[in-house]
Amino acid sequence: MTTSVASTPISSMIWVIAGSVIGSFGAVFLKMGAERLQLNLRSLATNWRLVVGIVFYLLSSVLFVIGVKHGELSVLYPLVSVGSIWTLLWSKLFLGEDLTKPKFVAVGMILAGCVLLGLGGS
Amino acid sequence: MPATHPSPTSAGKTPQSQVRHSQTRPLLMVLVCTLIGAAAQVLIKMGTASLGEHPSMMATMVGIFTIRLLFAGYALYGISTVLLVLALRQGELSLLYPVFTLTYVWVTVLSVIIFHDSMNAFKLAGISTIIAGVAVLGRASRQ
Repeated sequence: MTTSVASTPISSMIWVIAGSVIGSFGAVFLKMGAERLQLNLRSLATNWRLVVGIVFYLLSSVLFVIGVKHGELSVLYPLVSVGSIWTLLWSKLFLGEDLTKPKFVAVGMILAGCVLLGLGGS
Repeated sequence: MPATHPSPTSAGKTPQSQVRHSQTRPLLMVLVCTLIGAAAQVLIKMGTASLGEHPSMMATMVGIFTIRLLFAGYALYGISTVLLVLALRQGELSLLYPVFTLTYVWVTVLSVIIFHDSMNAFKLAGISTIIAGVAVLGRASRQ
């Protein structure tokens, strides 16, 4: 398991972390766009929040592909899941959602689970 | 005029901010998203092998359209994104986004089945912990 960490270059980790930050902002824009979503062409075409969300989301996927190309998925997954922490922050800051105790507990458990998955990686 | 033509922003926003929707349906939609997303990631992982050792950003972008596995992977990504947006119409982002991590659980399981990766105690513990975490969110969604 230590070999998989050693064989994952720092640059891969940076690509993936950058992807997780951009992806979390993408999620915020997707949420804001989705709230204003109406199923007619005109409102779809002028829904810039949705467009920004999708572009950020695509961008994070491209960064993810680049990162995953040279690193081990098992090392990179825990890094991607850090995106949940960013998203909790943005949900409170930009969307005014309640950050209840179960959400913190769940994100803590999910992060721990991803670290375990990483440790179990071949 | 103003009475019959409410502005697009207020029309889109008011129902969301005033009514607290049940989060169970959006949560189930995201669950389906993660299954589709996992299939997408496996296809993308298989497809990136065709990109060669050091693909440029440009080569990666072109590859998405020219490599069949990559294209299929991104098409599935597209479908799961549409589902995600529909789920987000009524769902809280702070509740739904962490559920997305389930994708890794499915990818791990799929890797064992398709790539014959080994299953071990760490992976099992990781899978169980993530599922338990999502269950906590599932319970919270009903309150």
